[in-house]
Amino acid sequence: MSKIHVTTTVNGDETEFLCDPRETLLDCLRNQLDLTGAKEGCGTGDCGACSVTMDGTLVCSCLVLGVEAQGKTIETIEGMAAGGELHPLQRQFIEHAALQCGICTPGILVAAKNLLETNPDPTETEIRYWLAGNLCRCTGYDKIVRAVQAAAAEMRETA
Amino acid sequence: MVEVNLWSGLRRFTDGAQVVTVEASTVGEMLDALVKAHPGLEPFFADGVTVAIDGEVVTAQNDAPVTAESEVFLMQRLKGG
Amino acid sequence: MPKDELKAGYKLIGTRPNRPDGLDKVTGRARYGADFSVPNMLWAAVVRSPHAHAKILKIDASKALALPGVKAVVTRADLPTGLSGEDLNLQDNTLAGDVALYDGHAVAAVAATSALIAQDAARLIEVEYEVLPHVIDVDDAMRMDAPVVQEGAADHTVPEGSPPNVARCLDFGHGDVEAGFAEADLVMENTYRTEATHQGYIEPHACVGQLGEDGKGEMWVCTQGHWYIRRMSAAVLGIEAAQLRVTPSEIGGGFGGKTTIFSEPIALALSRKAGGRPVKLVMSRAEVLRATGPTASASMDVKIGMKKDGTMTAASAVFRMQGGAFVGMSPVGEALSCAFACYNIPAIHHEGYEVLANRPKAAAYRAPGSPMAAFAVESLVDEMCRALGLDPIEVRLKNGAREGTKASYGPKYKQIGLVETLEAARAHPNYQVKLGPNQGRGVASGFWFNHGGETSVSVALGEDGTVTVSIGTPDIGGLRASVGLMTAETYGIPYEDVRVNVVETGALGVNEPTHGSRATFANGKALVEAANQTIKEMCKRAAKKWGIEPEAVEWADGAARPAGDNAGKFPPMTIGEIAAGMGASGGPIAGHHEVTMGGAGASFGTHVVDVEVDPETGRTTILRYLVVQDAGRAIHPAYVEGQYQGGAAQGIGWALNEEYVYGKDGRLQNPVFLDYRVPVASDLPMIDTVIVEVPNPGHPYGVRGVGETGITPPLPAVANAVAAATGARIRHLPLSPPKVLAAMKASRDG
Repeated sequence: MSKIHVTTTVNGDETEFLCDPRETLLDCLRNQLDLTGAKEGCGTGDCGACSVTMDGTLVCSCLVLGVEAQGKTIETIEGMAAGGELHPLQRQFIEHAALQCGICTPGILVAAKNLLETNPDPTETEIRYWLAGNLCRCTGYDKIVRAVQAAAAEMRETA
Repeated sequence: MVEVNLWSGLRRFTDGAQVVTVEASTVGEMLDALVKAHPGLEPFFADGVTVAIDGEVVTAQNDAPVTAESEVFLMQRLKGG
Repeated sequence: MPKDELKAGYKLIGTRPNRPDGLDKVTGRARYGADFSVPNMLWAAVVRSPHAHAKILKIDASKALALPGVKAVVTRADLPTGLSGEDLNLQDNTLAGDVALYDGHAVAAVAATSALIAQDAARLIEVEYEVLPHVIDVDDAMRMDAPVVQEGAADHTVPEGSPPNVARCLDFGHGDVEAGFAEADLVMENTYRTEATHQGYIEPHACVGQLGEDGKGEMWVCTQGHWYIRRMSAAVLGIEAAQLRVTPSEIGGGFGGKTTIFSEPIALALSRKAGGRPVKLVMSRAEVLRATGPTASASMDVKIGMKKDGTMTAASAVFRMQGGAFVGMSPVGEALSCAFACYNIPAIHHEGYEVLANRPKAAAYRAPGSPMAAFAVESLVDEMCRALGLDPIEVRLKNGAREGTKASYGPKYKQIGLVETLEAARAHPNYQVKLGPNQGRGVASGFWFNHGGETSVSVALGEDGTVTVSIGTPDIGGLRASVGLMTAETYGIPYEDVRVNVVETGALGVNEPTHGSRATFANGKALVEAANQTIKEMCKRAAKKWGIEPEAVEWADGAARPAGDNAGKFPPMTIGEIAAGMGASGGPIAGHHEVTMGGAGASFGTHVVDVEVDPETGRTTILRYLVVQDAGRAIHPAYVEGQYQGGAAQGIGWALNEEYVYGKDGRLQNPVFLDYRVPVASDLPMIDTVIVEVPNPGHPYGVRGVGETGITPPLPAVANAVAAATGARIRHLPLSPPKVLAAMKASRDG
């Protein structure tokens, strides 16, 4: 099957790749663009480890085809630390020990950033429901939720 | 001489005794001496056993010392996750 | 050792610095199993049996091999013959021989130039099966007329005339059980069941394997223990272990499930057949659930005798556990050994049966066997407390194991912390909260042995006085931070001056995996020995320079110092100064320590949970949750709390939702996260923790393992809370809403 040429913007850089029409955006990010920060935990949109944003919308990149990225703007975990400075969420995750094995961390950070962009002061319940699509098997979520709360508070102060 | 507490399932190989006394200064010597005295124990030890010495659980440590004062218990081999 | 002696004077232990691998993990840079790629790499796909039990009549790969891009196909015929025991089991599980033993059992595999071509090719491999009768349920598998999973599987422990799937029997105990029951005011006996669950790590198994015609190979793999992977893979493939160099990636969770091999040798076998080209093999989630380490399912009879005041007089347990289609994987021995470990009971009898079923080869899962045992025993204890009108914590305190108690599994306990966890739970505000309608509180305690194991570490000084530590146990939950803290504490240098690396199989002696709650315990103990070698050497170098005896030099706060005024007056010589001149003063300074580690301290915990059960739907909501556990000494308290919280969350999942669901055809019906439902963020409240510290006398810093015990109490604690909320006692996990609703109805209907 011949491959399709895709032009897209990833983390601010205009990018081209060739993909098989059956390949997911996650496959393309990982295997064509060497952006392995998004992980495949399930391939069925249940675990959220592959979370990225496409034109600002949070998506499971395992449920998006690579060809759908044509002309879109994609943001991944690799683009989160602007100019080398960590996003408050990234820093708070480290400081709150909000990761153990860390495999879910990129997806959770991308999802949490997306939440705080639309809701800068979420309640604990709002955070828990927003992140309900991002599985973590190590932490029991306690320290993740606290880290998101701390980052939100910090971002509100500096806003 | 070391007093070894066996698990009760091993009694049928030791003429009913659950406590067996053998001459040994290490766990390895102790297991060898037990098999020599009670050959029926051999396949159990071949599977690997866990030994508790003075309350401390050790696995596959044949060089661990044992004395007449040691409290020694044999247990089925334990695995961890 | 007095409890407070160890507490004094620590500068770093007990603090909460950032983990050294944190930055890589929040930026997506950290490389996990599937993130490795190497030049000229092929991709693998595996063909799996769709039947629970079937004879493999024929495998025809000709169509697959004809597909452009396909470079190799392997079947069992490509693996050596003549293996026995566990090596044969591993090989049988890697690629089925004449018979596929469970739904998902690997039958063949293909390597191709892309993942898509490999998947297409796998679909073109034609396998002819003759379907055989199968058995799934543990009690069904115990029947005399059950379909036989593996002929001749029974070992020397199984008496003649036993059911054909019984592979191992055991019994142990002490005291006169019948006399103990006769002495009791209340004797209760019930049967409890738990279903198989999966470790549920978010990262599927993944590796890149390369193996040449010369028998030399390399593997990059996510694993809890790369020496285990090396030994097992070499055995399955008939190659020499030393010729296989295994490098662990970052690991995306393991919980026991990554202590063994599943398809790693397939990648190597494909590589060997494809002229030595590296092969990447990444499992899908369905493959993980169908073909890798679930835990056992269990059917357990427990009987306890109790006096009116709560004193336990005798106990017995008969456990039946299936661990899949292979011998040796059912944790029935561990389960029985843990069952009554929290209690001082004068007479106990344990009896266990390992039984085979047409399910995947079980792997260790966090405190293997203990959660099921705790569910059975702690549920029954709760039922008896209710029958006698006694407080569950008081009854546990009355019977609780203490230093000197004869453990249920035989020996006397050393210094342990069960009573301290019970007292802390009783004193915690959560235990005083008033409950509303449809709400209930559950209490349970739990135990795990903890383990030392084969350990090899090294330390080396850099020229600037910083320290590199090499360990051989993959870091799953903050290990490098805790090892870094212990190293810095031992030298008296800043935490930031230490780098801890998890190194490959060529760099150290054999290490057991990160399992048995051993990594912080065993590495810490070994690195203190290794560091002390270098400290002794540094004191020697300083003595030489000062022209005094090495014995006249002592080490404190990162520097050699004259030991007292008689030794002479010299300013402290820092680690940096010694290291800068070490080439000229005698050469590199490094230390190492290799040992099968003893001294692991037993671990106890007590959990308190409040739930609310919706009478309309039977859905259970966790209102608040408290974990109290003895850490011995918490090196990095944040990651100790993390272990407690994570263990509790997994246990809550096991109690409420998680289970392997099989159809009548023996196929797994829920091999996706949507249907195999692990707890999500909105299912849980904050999980409160109390770290009790009763130092382990067997460790220089008092460390006990903390990884496993936390998963044991949640199963009974949640079940006890649901019983308190609803009046319905459910003795079969999980407590899924339909089951709870039915039990509530049955309870109302009387």
